[in-house]
Amino acid sequence: MTIEAPDAFSKGRTPTFEESARESLANAQLRRNIGKATQAIRTRRAQAVEELPDWEELRQAGYDLKTRVMRHLDEYLLQLEESVHKAGGHVHWVRDATEANRIIADIAKNHEAKEVVKVKSIATDEIKLNEFLEEEGIKAVETDLAEFIIQLAGEISSHILVPAIHKNRAEIRELFIKKLGAEDLSDEPSDLTNAARLYLREKFLQAKVGISGANFAVAETGTVCVVESEGNGRMCTTLPPVLVMLMGIEKIIPTWQDFEVFMQLLPRSSTAERMNPYTSFWTGVSEGDGPKEFHLVLMDNGRTEILADDIGRQTLNCIRCSACLNVCPVYERTGGHAYNSVYPGPIGAILTPQLVGIGRPGTDSLPYASSLCGACYDVCPVKINIPEVLIHLRGRVVRHRQDGGGLKGKLDPENVAMRTMARTFSDRRLYEAAQKAARISQWPLARSGAIHRLPGKLAGWTEARDLKPIPEQTFREWWKSRNGS
Amino acid sequence: MVEVEKRFVTSAREEILQRIRRATYDVPKEERPEDVPVECGYRKKDDAPREEMIEHFAENVTEYEATVRRVSEAGLKEAITQTCQERDIRRLVVPPGVPEGWLPDSVEALRDDTGTLLTNQELDESDGVLTGCALGIAQTGTIVLDAGEGQGRRALTLLPDYHLCVVREEQIVGLVPQAFAWLADAVKREGRAVTFISGPSATSDIELDRVEGVHGPRTLEVIIAG
Ligand code: SF4
Repeated sequence: MTIEAPDAFSKGRTPTFEESARESLANAQLRRNIGKATQAIRTRRAQAVEELPDWEELRQAGYDLKTRVMRHLDEYLLQLEESVHKAGGHVHWVRDATEANRIIADIAKNHEAKEVVKVKSIATDEIKLNEFLEEEGIKAVETDLAEFIIQLAGEISSHILVPAIHKNRAEIRELFIKKLGAEDLSDEPSDLTNAARLYLREKFLQAKVGISGANFAVAETGTVCVVESEGNGRMCTTLPPVLVMLMGIEKIIPTWQDFEVFMQLLPRSSTAERMNPYTSFWTGVSEGDGPKEFHLVLMDNGRTEILADDIGRQTLNCIRCSACLNVCPVYERTGGHAYNSVYPGPIGAILTPQLVGIGRPGTDSLPYASSLCGACYDVCPVKINIPEVLIHLRGRVVRHRQDGGGLKGKLDPENVAMRTMARTFSDRRLYEAAQKAARISQWPLARSGAIHRLPGKLAGWTEARDLKPIPEQTFREWWKSRNGS
Repeated sequence: MVEVEKRFVTSAREEILQRIRRATYDVPKEERPEDVPVECGYRKKDDAPREEMIEHFAENVTEYEATVRRVSEAGLKEAITQTCQERDIRRLVVPPGVPEGWLPDSVEALRDDTGTLLTNQELDESDGVLTGCALGIAQTGTIVLDAGEGQGRRALTLLPDYHLCVVREEQIVGLVPQAFAWLADAVKREGRAVTFISGPSATSDIELDRVEGVHGPRTLEVIIAG
């Protein structure tokens, strides 16, 4: 079974979510794999979270810290730059994918690297680094087992955390025999894993340049962090003499001590473990230990656009744990490929359209890839109100359609509802008033935590979707009351 | 070439900063980062009795499929010797700062001393590595290495296929926040690399079946000494 999905970050038209979902839904094997996987992770995650009596307090702190960072991102980036310089590292700023690819390729070329080893990084997928390097005559070897499998198969991944979730053991065995020339290979996961270990060990030992993404970067100390399970991250960030790290500018946390929050939130949300097997923290270069040269590439590529939207802004809090994917009923049924993006699931549904910009039919369909059940919000370790952002983006999509589109579609109930909402969203005072009104008037409508039917003009819209109640107090409201204004 | 590159990068820097400032126009000018409140209502410290904490650490490490045993300080050498014999470890990597008294007579110590560092190949071909650690975290069953005494550089605990780690009872802390507080000095003053190890490496990438040991040491054994 091979799925080739065009992706949202390419120039051409990508299919809408509905079009791709129809294809995925027809694929029984894929649905079985995804169903089995998400259910297992879901149960384990709930247990891991239950163990911590202070889980809600940790989530709040995570949200607060990220909010602090986003509101003062310029200062934190400058502080990070200074800290990394002091620790002997180089810092590069890149506006977009083209600049990011260029600088990484140039670093590799300066060291005459024909091959580089990579640890899983969605940011590098976002900019299509591997393809770019290939054109420059440099081979990028993915070392994360799932990524490695995906790369051998020439596909794109279907899950942030378990990218090969759509492949079963027999398919992987066949692939290894064909591509690695492995003989006498059973389809036991341990045998398959060992084959990859042997093959990749050689690659790690020979590589001159390692490339990684970042989970966190500390402004205060310049320390960066890679959270992983397999040890390929340690290999890539320790053995090659040159290390390049690509990070989105939103990955910053203020201080070293703040890890105490995120290193509790991430592992439990992500792999449902108390702690993931390996986490590496390093600060610039260390004499006689690890790489001799460290480059940190700070990438915008659409992120400042998200920052500028004060409702969309919280999207940047995301620590890529993938918990929202595993609880999403839509994701469970369609799988990751239907999202046509390196960022699938609920987070992808809000992140992708914002990163590429509203006004493209394929990605404009993503905010609709949800029943608004709110499960993603409940599990999100940094409290991103995904339903709120989804609704907001639907409003933006509709507004965009109305600005540029003809009469067609204007009369369908969703558009009518959206127009009302959109007008409300476009004016801050109106929006705040509406949110308050909604909170006050919603409770008789709310049943088991979800609003099933909205009054008046919005009724047509909730016919198809359940709407989560609006939170008790919004950040803006709370902020205002705090400042006593 | 270098000059051109520099100009190009600098302008990207200015532009990104400008974009951010435009994007956050809603943030009041006088607001400082510290003005954005962070609620720290979570637990910072574990007040459980010491013995309970040590037991908890041992339990959690065991759950990761790592072998744990507890011995007295005096019984350490014997325990290490026995473990090495069971595993048929003959060539053991030894970082600087590991007490001589720990080393079994039966093994050949491969020392990684300044001046004569072991090559990656030597590490790859060794039977295992013996280290101390900086900390153990009871809450998560995590061993923390900070490249300090008895731990050495990162590659030493990465390339050998077997890692035997000695944790002293007094090195065990209760909660994750305590570990980061303890490590702050090593990171801020000396910029030391820190590695958290929670069980041997693992993958669930194939049909979500957990496989222990992908890259890095496939076997982790912990001896708690006190
Ligand atoms: S949106 Fe929240 S739950 Fe989803 S991946 Fe990001 S941090 Fe995790």
